[in-house]
Amino acid sequence: MIQIKDLHKSYKMGKNSLHVLKGINFNVEEGELVAIMGSSGSGKSTLLNILGMLDSSDSGEYILDNVPIKDLNETKAARYRNKFLGFVFQSFNLINYKSAAENVALPLYYQKVPRKERQEKALKYLEQVGLKEWAGHLPSELSGGQKQRVAIARALAAEPKVLLADEPTGALDSKTSYEVMDLIQKINDAGNTILIVTHEPDIADMCKRIVHLKDGVIIEDKKIEQVRAEQYV
Amino acid sequence: MWILDRDLWSEIFATLGKNLFRTFLTMLGVIIAMIILVLLLGGANGMSNGFQKIFAGTASNSLFVWSQSTSEPYKGFERGRRIQFKLEDATILKEQIPEIEVLAPRIELGSHRGVVTVYRNGLTSGSAVYGDYPNVDEIMKKKLVEGRFLNENDMTGSKKVCVIGEETYKLLFEKGEEAIGEDVRINGVFFNIVGIYKPNQNINIDGENSVYIPFSTFQKAFGSGDRMGWMAISVKSDAKVPVIESQIKRLLKNKYDINPIDERAIGSFDMSEVFNNVKAFTGVLQGVSFFVGMLTLLAGVIAISNILLITVKERTKEIGIRRALGATPKVVKRQIVLESIVITVFAGFVGFAIAVGFLAIANNLIGDNSDMPFYNLMISIPQFLVSFILMVGLSVLIGLIPANRAIRIKPIDALREE
Repeated sequence: MIQIKDLHKSYKMGKNSLHVLKGINFNVEEGELVAIMGSSGSGKSTLLNILGMLDSSDSGEYILDNVPIKDLNETKAARYRNKFLGFVFQSFNLINYKSAAENVALPLYYQKVPRKERQEKALKYLEQVGLKEWAGHLPSELSGGQKQRVAIARALAAEPKVLLADEPTGALDSKTSYEVMDLIQKINDAGNTILIVTHEPDIADMCKRIVHLKDGVIIEDKKIEQVRAEQYV
Repeated sequence: MWILDRDLWSEIFATLGKNLFRTFLTMLGVIIAMIILVLLLGGANGMSNGFQKIFAGTASNSLFVWSQSTSEPYKGFERGRRIQFKLEDATILKEQIPEIEVLAPRIELGSHRGVVTVYRNGLTSGSAVYGDYPNVDEIMKKKLVEGRFLNENDMTGSKKVCVIGEETYKLLFEKGEEAIGEDVRINGVFFNIVGIYKPNQNINIDGENSVYIPFSTFQKAFGSGDRMGWMAISVKSDAKVPVIESQIKRLLKNKYDINPIDERAIGSFDMSEVFNNVKAFTGVLQGVSFFVGMLTLLAGVIAISNILLITVKERTKEIGIRRALGATPKVVKRQIVLESIVITVFAGFVGFAIAVGFLAIANNLIGDNSDMPFYNLMISIPQFLVSFILMVGLSVLIGLIPANRAIRIKPIDALREE
C-alpha cells in the first residue's frame, strides 16, 4: 500500500539546515496497523506530514496505492489527500460551527458527492463510531472522546486507502484513549490500513507493528502481538 | 453550475452568519458609500431635471436680436447713429437664411424696456407693452394662469386684445376679481384682456410686468408703421445658433450701412449658450458625483477586504482543516471571493434602498416648487447598473486579496499543534 525509499527531508533554520529525515525506507501492506514511535524531534511528525502530502520530501520515493506521489502542486495534493487519505489529529480539528454530521460530510463535499448521499453516509459513519444520536450537535457540545470519534468518522467517510492518525489519543485521558483505540482496532479489523504516530508505549502496543524513529532514521521496525483495547474499556 | 450549488451558499452564509455583528459593521462602509453615491447622483440628476423644467417652453436653440446705436463711423455716417429695424427685415432674413425656423418680430412702446402707464378704473400699472406675433409663443412659451395667448385671428383682425402678466393683474385688479373680458387703457386706447400669464421666475427676458398686444394692432393703435424693435428667432435643430447669429448680423449690418467691425450696433443674445452652459454644468456635476461616490464605494469595499483579511487570519486553522480534507485552492479562493461579493452586493442593495427612500422623501418635500432648481431626484437605470457592475467588479478584485492570502495558508502550518 505504501512504499517509501530513501526519504530525506531537511528544514532551513536561518543559516543552519536541520536534517530531519535521513533516508527512511519502509513499506506498509494493506490492512496493517502501524505505530510510528519516537521522541520529539525524531522526525515522526515530519514523516507523517510527508505521508499525508501536507509536506514534501527533498528526495526519495513515495508510492501510495501504486501511484507515485511526486511533483505535487497544491491542487493535486488536495485531490490526492481527499481520495487516498483520512486524517485524525491530536486536537481533533473539527470545524466548530458545523454539527457532527456536517463535519463528517465535509470530505464528501469536496468529493462532490450529492447532498443527500453525503448526509446518509455521514450518519452511517457516525453510527459506526457510536455517535448517531449526536449527529446534530456542535463539537462544543461533545466530550473529548466523542470529538475524536467524530474526527475518525470524518476520516473514514471519504473511504480512504490509508488512515493517518497524529497522536490521536494525545489529548485524551487513558480510559477515553482506550475507547478510541478500540474503535481504531475495529476499523483495522475491517481491513483498513492505519498509521498512528504516538509516543505512548501502551498505545503503540495496541498496534500490529511498531516503527521506531530516532534522529531521522528508523532504528527498529518490528511486528508485535496486538494488545486488544477492548479489555480496558 | 457551481453558482447554483446550495452547499456553497450555505457554506458562505454560515461563515458570514457566524459573526453577524462584524459582518454588519463591515457592510456599514459599503452601505454608507452606496447612500452617498446614490444621493449625489440623485441630487445631480434632480438639478439637471430642475433646469430642464425651468427651461421648459423656451426653445433651446433660439436667439434674440435687437437694434442699438452704432459705435463706429462708416460710409460717411457718424458714430452714435440709432439703428431702427423695419418689419421687412424679418421677411428678408427668413428668405435669405433657411435655417431660421420661427422668427417673431416684436415692437415695444417707449424705448427698450420702457415703461408705459396702463390704466384701469383709477388703478395704474407701469408696464412694458409689446406688440407681438402669436408665434413668439413657440420660442418662449407663456404659462397662462387664465385665458389664452394671442392668436392669428387677433393678428389678422388687428383686434384690440391683450395678455397681461400676473404682476400687472395684481396692480390693476382686486384680489380674486375676474379679469378676462375686462378692459385696460394704454395711451388712450382700450384693450380687452384675453389672458393672464405667470412669468418664468428663472429666465425672464420680458420683465415681470408686461402687456402683450397683437403686432398689427400695435401698428394701428400707436402708429408705429413698419418699425420693428427686436426679433425672437429659433433655428432648426441641425443648425448652430452662433453661426446663424453672425449671418443675421452680417446681413443686417450690410442693409443698414453699419461698419462690419461694429460690435455694438446690433445687440443679440444667444439662448443656446445658456443652455449649453447649464448642460455642461450639470454634466460636470454628475461626473463629479459619480467619481466621488465611486471613490467612497472603493473605500467601503477596501474595508470589506480588510475585514476579510482578518477573518482569513482567524480562520487559518479552519482553512487548513478544509485543505487537509481535500479542498483545492480554487475552492477556498472561490469561497472567499464570493463572501466578498455577497457582503458587498447585500450592503449595496441596503444602501441603495435607503438612499432611494431619502430621494423619495426629498422629492415629496420639494414637490412642484418651481423656484428650486431641483426636480425629480432619482438615479437612472443605466447609472444604477453601471454603479452596481463596478461595485461587484471591485468586490471581486478586492476579494482576491484575502482569497490569495487564504490559499497561501499551508495546511501543515495551519494544523501545527500550538
